[in-house]
Amino acid sequence: MSIAVDRDQAFLEAVVRIADEVAAVHADSVDREARFPHETVAALREDRALSAFIPVELGGGGVAFETIAGACFELGRRCGSSAMVFAMHQIQAATIARHCEDSAWLHEYLAALSEEQRLIASVTTELGTGGDMGRSIAALTPQGEGRCSFEKKAPVVSYGSHADDLFVTLRRAPDAEQNDQVVALVRKEQFTLEQTGTWDPLGMRGTCSPGYVVRAELAPEQIVATPFPRVMEESFVPVTHILWSHLWLGIATDAFDRARAFVRAAAKPGADGPSPVAIRLSHLMSELSLLRAEVETALSEFVEVSDQPNRERLHTMASMLRFNNLKIAASEQAPRVCQGAMGVCGIMGYKNDTPFSVGRHLRDTMSASLMIANERIHQTNASLLLITKDV
Amino acid sequence: MTDEIRQIIERHARLSAPADGLAVDADLYEAGMTSHASVSVMLALEDHFDIEFPDRMLTRGVFESIAAIEAAVIQLRPEAALQ
Repeated sequence: MSIAVDRDQAFLEAVVRIADEVAAVHADSVDREARFPHETVAALREDRALSAFIPVELGGGGVAFETIAGACFELGRRCGSSAMVFAMHQIQAATIARHCEDSAWLHEYLAALSEEQRLIASVTTELGTGGDMGRSIAALTPQGEGRCSFEKKAPVVSYGSHADDLFVTLRRAPDAEQNDQVVALVRKEQFTLEQTGTWDPLGMRGTCSPGYVVRAELAPEQIVATPFPRVMEESFVPVTHILWSHLWLGIATDAFDRARAFVRAAAKPGADGPSPVAIRLSHLMSELSLLRAEVETALSEFVEVSDQPNRERLHTMASMLRFNNLKIAASEQAPRVCQGAMGVCGIMGYKNDTPFSVGRHLRDTMSASLMIANERIHQTNASLLLITKDV
Repeated sequence: MTDEIRQIIERHARLSAPADGLAVDADLYEAGMTSHASVSVMLALEDHFDIEFPDRMLTRGVFESIAAIEAAVIQLRPEAALQ
């Protein structure tokens, strides 16, 4: 036990150092130039952070899920884009690690990921599905000789051109229904990307997420055998919402810290009572703690139910509602905190080049409600709420 | 009871093919039932059989086939099996 705790602590300390010494240093240029955070990802690779969650037997770090979430938070405090790249990679890696079952191909893949620190991007959204991950149009198509192929038109693929491998959702076969899906993992030498759009967004600029037509050829053993709905319910959806919300909390926490530093710098010794901005900061603290409470309780609930036999509770509609709500609440609350921080810092927060700048924080967190659109999640929740009794 | 369930599925599951040709163990989701439609099926089952599915039973697996639904209804209302 204590070896595991030490290992997790050492990992988190390494990530904090990378966040402070690398991600923070390059955050402004990553944002300004909308470029990939190469330096941070290189440093994470150097520390073998890309395989942190993969079991030790497969060459990974074997750290606990809570520690991965903590790493997303720490990176988020220094560079939202770096944190998002790290989080998305971990979502894919964790999903495969939790569902590789007895697949020799996936075990070998995870060992290769650990050995070579391979970066995985995801291709889950698709033109024509209205942002619904539970439907696919692109189909796994048999090509004879035990090979298959697909072509998927993806409006957004985060860091696709910087990734080694892709985690792709597809229809099971050309004649399958849109909701009869599989997850496949394709390696760099097996796919091509044809860029179909540009990337000049408001925030999260370093994630480099234009659209692509993805074409690939693969073998059937590269498909995750666990039924798709189980992969989504047990892992992909809750892990996504938990890791994203941790990095949003990280960004909001840094915005709050900057606001506090601003109030501290402006405080006049011997003044008669707290200044109006100091009182605004106090209001902001309660907004931040609401966000933190939602994010932290969701994590501990997930860890608890993940340890139960067959992860049964994760299959219930009450559980889906719970993690959907985390996504909605955190994605709305994080930009609220950042905007509050800007209200405290005033023009010094609005300008991009002061120690109290929170413009990037606000812009980065404004992406949160769009990544899997909140309105779509509300639609799902609205129908689940009709039947679920105890939420 | 199988027929009653089949009728509810016909009316609410919005499958791509009619429900009367469906095997009792056929996967309803693979037959085109969406998550939203599955909620309609659950609501109709609760109304029709006068039962309430507790949260632990509100999982995909419990509603994935006619046979699975039948087992769930019987579990909540054993006397329904005799009707």
